[in-house]
Amino acid sequence: MKYFKAIFSVAVTLALIWALQHRFELLSNLPLGNFLNPANGFWQNSESKHILVAEDLKIEGLQQPVTIRFDSNMIPHIFAKNNHDLYLAQGYITARDRLWQMDIQTRSASGRLSEVVGPKALEVDRYHRRMGMVYGAENTLKGMMKDPVMREVINAYTEGVNSYIRNLSPRDYPIEFKILDYAPEEWKPINCAFLLKLMSETLAGGSDEFLMTSTLKKFGAATVKDLFPDYPFREDPIIPVGTKWDFKPLPIPQPSKTFLAEQSDIKTIQKVEGIGSNNWVIAGSKTASGYPILANDPHLNLTLPSIWYQMQLEAPGVNVYGVTLPGAPCVVIGYNNKISWGVTNVDADVLDWYQIKFKDNTKNEYWYNNKWNKVTRRVEVINIRGEKPLYDTVLYTHHGPVVYENAGKKPADSYENIPVGTALRWIAHDESNEFKTFYLLNRGKNYDDYREALTYYTAPAQNFIFASADKDIAITPNGKLPLKFKDQGKFILDGTDPANDWHGWIPASQNPTAKNPAQGYLSSANQSSTDPSYPYYINWQFGPYERGKRINTRLAAMQKATVDSMRVLQTDNYSIFAQDVLAEMLKYIDPTKLDETQIQVLNILKSWNKRFDADEVGATIFNTWWLNFYTQTWQDQFGKLTDNNNLKWPSRDRTVQLLLKDPTSKWFNNTKTPVVETAGEVLSNSFAATVSQLMHKYGKPGNSKWQWGNVKETYINHLANIPGFGLGKFKAGGTGSTVNALVDGHGPSWRMVVQLGPNVKGYGIFPGGESGNPGSYFYDDMLKTWQDGKLNELLFMQSPNEQSNKIKSTLTLSAK
Amino acid sequence: MLFVIIFIATFCSGFLFTWWAAAIIAFVATIYAGRTAAQSFWSGFLAVAAVWGVHALLKSVPNDHILADRVAKMVHLPGWIWLLVITMLIGGIVGGMSALSGLLVKRAFTHV
Repeated sequence: MKYFKAIFSVAVTLALIWALQHRFELLSNLPLGNFLNPANGFWQNSESKHILVAEDLKIEGLQQPVTIRFDSNMIPHIFAKNNHDLYLAQGYITARDRLWQMDIQTRSASGRLSEVVGPKALEVDRYHRRMGMVYGAENTLKGMMKDPVMREVINAYTEGVNSYIRNLSPRDYPIEFKILDYAPEEWKPINCAFLLKLMSETLAGGSDEFLMTSTLKKFGAATVKDLFPDYPFREDPIIPVGTKWDFKPLPIPQPSKTFLAEQSDIKTIQKVEGIGSNNWVIAGSKTASGYPILANDPHLNLTLPSIWYQMQLEAPGVNVYGVTLPGAPCVVIGYNNKISWGVTNVDADVLDWYQIKFKDNTKNEYWYNNKWNKVTRRVEVINIRGEKPLYDTVLYTHHGPVVYENAGKKPADSYENIPVGTALRWIAHDESNEFKTFYLLNRGKNYDDYREALTYYTAPAQNFIFASADKDIAITPNGKLPLKFKDQGKFILDGTDPANDWHGWIPASQNPTAKNPAQGYLSSANQSSTDPSYPYYINWQFGPYERGKRINTRLAAMQKATVDSMRVLQTDNYSIFAQDVLAEMLKYIDPTKLDETQIQVLNILKSWNKRFDADEVGATIFNTWWLNFYTQTWQDQFGKLTDNNNLKWPSRDRTVQLLLKDPTSKWFNNTKTPVVETAGEVLSNSFAATVSQLMHKYGKPGNSKWQWGNVKETYINHLANIPGFGLGKFKAGGTGSTVNALVDGHGPSWRMVVQLGPNVKGYGIFPGGESGNPGSYFYDDMLKTWQDGKLNELLFMQSPNEQSNKIKSTLTLSAK
Repeated sequence: MLFVIIFIATFCSGFLFTWWAAAIIAFVATIYAGRTAAQSFWSGFLAVAAVWGVHALLKSVPNDHILADRVAKMVHLPGWIWLLVITMLIGGIVGGMSALSGLLVKRAFTHV
């Protein structure tokens, strides 16, 4: 009996320990004992508020000692004695603060999420593999490694990250590793390339070709030409109108026969507004200091940890401050003593679909250039936690991967914008060396250095804005832009005809550019790169013009501008869109036909200042009314937006044009009613619908629940949506079409203003903090300043020994 | 006596070893100093629970419980105190069961 008791008790104890080490779906999927115990569980991630003033660490791989000084926001200022040590330290320090973010982002890009979260991530992984993200990253890695300078940079960065990882014991793992119960793995140079693919996916990975093709099939070429014009009704292009093209263009390719046939034949993930950015620069002639001021605020997904990581990097030949992407070397947006630069997305059409004609069901050959060509196969091995690996074979043509070769391969209810049986030609698949651009900009001294740096940039194409202490200002919509015939890629292309292939590249020197214009400023807000006089085709649609228009109007009016003028403009909530249409919309409302509540709402709207400030009720009414008007105009013919009928709705710009210029257009007639409606009826109906909708949701008009900041969803969540680790929903102004483009979970992910001159002054803020650890005081310490629309003065040190009361601690790294 | 041995050894091991070192300590210590089942279980339970509570607080107090509060939200608990209580309970049960096992194994091989 006593033996039995002993064995039983030991068995129960061992089972208990085993259970506490493993994950169970019932218990939030946490390994409870592993996670909760204070020896190496989550309690270890609680960081003390007491900061070590001085710390010495020995790490592998360094050639000489590196000094890192941390300021009051824990932003590292790295001082190294050579390039190798500089980038090694950048990798080490970034990993110290953001290791899990680096891991999960590269896992996502490379289709390896299932390895840590199990089968629920399988379709996302498959999609990334089938889009050729891994194939593209391999090509980019080749490009980077061919360049001896960048090879050293990438390898040193990788070494730095790994120096950090190798010294970790399980108790030191970032908390997300403990929650998801896996261990960090070694960093690889290709991971740096994966980050570029991720950026390309966010900024140049969308496509309307499938929707446009179905729309063309349903409505015919004439209607599509009318409703989806190649240049907007209202525009204020990035390159000022009238800028001379100072080059002899290459011959423009001819449209293919199939394309022409499609255009004359009357029978074949829509993009989100708000993922865009602003940047601008104002010349010394218009500033108080006499030197240019540059501003940039990239609009991206807002998460904790933040997408950006601030840093200063100093070594012989370089001293630069700005934001970096965790997992990639160099500063991406920033300034040095001589120059400053920033970026916004170009929206160039660098992603096209080609209909593939396979010989038979074996799909071994496809028809192209009047002969059968061999398909190559690439096997993607997706490892899945708790299950057997999945072997997924992707077919590759000379265009690129066939993303879903038949409907059976495509998951239901997702990736609607991917046409079945088509091959993907995407700039992100090409060999490239983008980090070289940033490497050179970090060291740039003048305009010529800026132009030289841009020639290395491939994707995602960006509007690079520039200012120098020499008082030059410039902007260049820049990237490797395919040479295409007009509208090539507006619809799905016939993959059998070589005339539909990309016809080479626009020479880098002929990318649109402007330098020191007479107007004294330059800007971009994702709108059209140029006016229609530019000889090459870049895309048929760009971001709507309103943000750009507002920025240009304000910059044109400015004299003796200061950093604060720029800060105020970055947080500007004034709506050019309301300015353009509200008066016209109100014209059609007859107050004699309204009830008391409707009149009350109408009066609020009439006295509205056209600002999307957080406490404006007029903004809520206007926004809801427009959406109802827009929906009532198009829904009868184009089906509900949520219908998944693969039709593209005409743009806001085209709708505004119809309202202002053609209010009796047939498009305003609701085909489902016997009477013939014009814009006036649609506006009256949608106004009534708006009032009852808002009353129903928020109660009596004027009530604080009607305020824009309460109605609009604005939130910052944790990168993996872990409850408690994000900021959640908060009240804020702005909308997609105002300069302050803050909406849902995206918006100004970094606001920077740089005053050039003999002593450069930088200001900046991002919503979050330097640390990726939710248990750190520096996880979200900058949030409040960002929410208040303020900027921090940035500490740009000239030497490691510079005295400043902002310096809180010093870390010395030396070789092990 | 048993409580003190387990408490001190577990406290020190927490800085060096993984969490289930506490189980081995409680087991071995009871073989040495365990007398009755109740005395063994409760010494193991209270000693390990206390050590885990102290260790957790050593990390969490200088952090103003920022992280513990976030984690409490993650698992839908009202506050960090609850996490501390659950942590101590888990440590306690492991400590108590290991100590009891130590005593029962000792009894199986000796005539105590």
